[in-house]
Amino acid sequence: MNRYLVIFLGAVATVTFAFVVLVGVPRMQLASAGAPAGLAPYAATAQQGRELYTSLGCHYCHSQQVRTPSFGADSARGWGRASVPEDYVYDRPHLLGTMRTGPDLANIGVRQPSRDWHYLHLYQPRAVSPYSVMPSFPFLFTLKAQAEMGDEIVNTPPGLIPEGKVLIATPWAQALVDYLLAMKHDYDPHAVVGGGR
Amino acid sequence: MASIPLVYADTPPPQIAVSERVEADRSTRRPVLLFFHSAVVWLLVGSVLGLVASLKFQFPDWLTGQAVLTFGRVRAAHLNAVAYGWASMALVGVAVWMIPRLVRAPLHRPVVATAAAAGWNLFLVLGLGAILAGWTDGLEWLEIPYPIDAIVAVAGGLMATSVLVTVARRKTKHFYVSVWYALAALVWFPILFVTANLPVWSGVGQAAVNWWYGHNTLGLWITSLSLAAAYYLIPKVLGRPIRSYWLSLVGFWALAFFYSLNGIHHLIGGPVPTWLVTVSITASVMMVIPVAATAVNFHTTMAGRFGTLRHSPTLAFTVAGAMIYTAVSLQGSVEALRTVNRVTHFTHFTVGHAHLGVYGFASMIAFGAMYFIVPRLVNWEWPRPALIRWHFWLALTGIAIYFVALTIGGWLEGAWMLDPAKPFAAVVDVTRPYLVARSVGGTLMLAAHCVFAYHYWLMVRRRGPERQEPAWSDGRAAG
Repeated sequence: MNRYLVIFLGAVATVTFAFVVLVGVPRMQLASAGAPAGLAPYAATAQQGRELYTSLGCHYCHSQQVRTPSFGADSARGWGRASVPEDYVYDRPHLLGTMRTGPDLANIGVRQPSRDWHYLHLYQPRAVSPYSVMPSFPFLFTLKAQAEMGDEIVNTPPGLIPEGKVLIATPWAQALVDYLLAMKHDYDPHAVVGGGR
Repeated sequence: MASIPLVYADTPPPQIAVSERVEADRSTRRPVLLFFHSAVVWLLVGSVLGLVASLKFQFPDWLTGQAVLTFGRVRAAHLNAVAYGWASMALVGVAVWMIPRLVRAPLHRPVVATAAAAGWNLFLVLGLGAILAGWTDGLEWLEIPYPIDAIVAVAGGLMATSVLVTVARRKTKHFYVSVWYALAALVWFPILFVTANLPVWSGVGQAAVNWWYGHNTLGLWITSLSLAAAYYLIPKVLGRPIRSYWLSLVGFWALAFFYSLNGIHHLIGGPVPTWLVTVSITASVMMVIPVAATAVNFHTTMAGRFGTLRHSPTLAFTVAGAMIYTAVSLQGSVEALRTVNRVTHFTHFTVGHAHLGVYGFASMIAFGAMYFIVPRLVNWEWPRPALIRWHFWLALTGIAIYFVALTIGGWLEGAWMLDPAKPFAAVVDVTRPYLVARSVGGTLMLAAHCVFAYHYWLMVRRRGPERQEPAWSDGRAAG
């Protein structure tokens, strides 16, 4: 080839075509997806928790997308019904994930509604799931000799924390658990409110 | 088949050709060395981060006292350091060095390219700092926050301008294959990067943009720059033309068309329109065409001359990289099929595949290119050829262990995950020994990089014994 413009315009054309096909057309197609009536926007603390979840990179090991039964055992594992685009209308950034080093979390709020379980699991995953390879997040908690007014106390099993101390969930841990508990996608996704977005 | 001629009608006589090459190398010396120095530093940083992330699977309570070194941040910092620091800076350095030689015009305003390299480093320092501090856009391959992204957009724009102007002032009529790939890559990357970082995406649509971008960073950026280098180095070291002009043409345009459509195979089985996934699967399978064209072209160019690998570090690394390109690309085509992907998706299998591509293919070619280029920039031969052997075998053994371990472990992980009778604990447990092997492979790769970085440091300081002949050459002409 000896034409500068052929290479230049060819490069621009191929990548633009791919953008239109992979991004532009689906965007138009999905624009009609309305917000499901059963899905509430994130409350302020849950949204803060979602930001923490993103900043700690939880999504590198936990997907948030349930596949159809023809695509695996997701539903049989109790992870919920297959996800649809409507489930994500409030998600920015999207956290669909590409790994399941840990289980899918699309319905973690349904599957595990206990705050205490989540606190313990974040403080020391192996205290509740001995097989876990998840990192512990002790910096989301404080150990105090005595709880103060307004402290969120975590009920700990014996031996997890030093004798004579109490484990307090910081506001960060509380927000993160608010987010985890808010992940419930068990409504009918096609019963929508209003029209598009 | 018509081979690409070594001598064109407008090829200058040898003495002019040599002086033009000297002039070209003089114009690129500063920016290219800055790109290479930076790449070596980012390689070390990225490898340490990668090994820390890997070891965390064996020691999940290690380095958990602060958020800054939690797995999710170290992993993201690793990816950005090796993809945008090491691979991008090394391969852009190679492109900036090659293009003036190939178009017979010195680099236009080298200071612009040097500024681009400096800006690129600033982007990485701020970007990795942001990720570790917890400030992230949250998208794989696009973690660095978009205010910081503006820096690399400017740096990339400067780099592209410098190269595009150089090419516009060419003395050659014809563009060599390497120029097609390098030019296209420098056009593609700014378009991809700026579009994907626009703050207008959300939900499933954002996932589509995310993987349109993510896969094209591999396919249109890192792959194109690596192939540009391989197309230059293999015939150059052999002193023999690329076998087929026609095959290189097919390889280039088929890659441009099909690779750009691959991205959504990262969302197979996900909540996106089925037709969209099918488009990407089809394009992934069609990648067999450019890959086969390139593989046949390289192989027939090498045919009968494989013995040369023992006498040229450049050729050893580059040919290993080119062969792995064929393997990893064909693996990718198969991996995109729904029946295979339902097992491998969400597992370490994908991680093994990604490392075979970026490390076994792109990084090996970048190493090979640096072994060729640096002697020509610092006017000194590699002082310790034995260290190059250590580098080669440690790197190759390391990636082999890494890839085999994650391929087997990832497949088992996926197969067990599909079986609802297996509790999730069993799925985690089945991967354990393979993740230990991954840490072993990663340690060997880090060792390889320490050897390489030490040797590189000797080289650019012109330390060690002064040698008259290229490394491994034993009196032969190969370099």
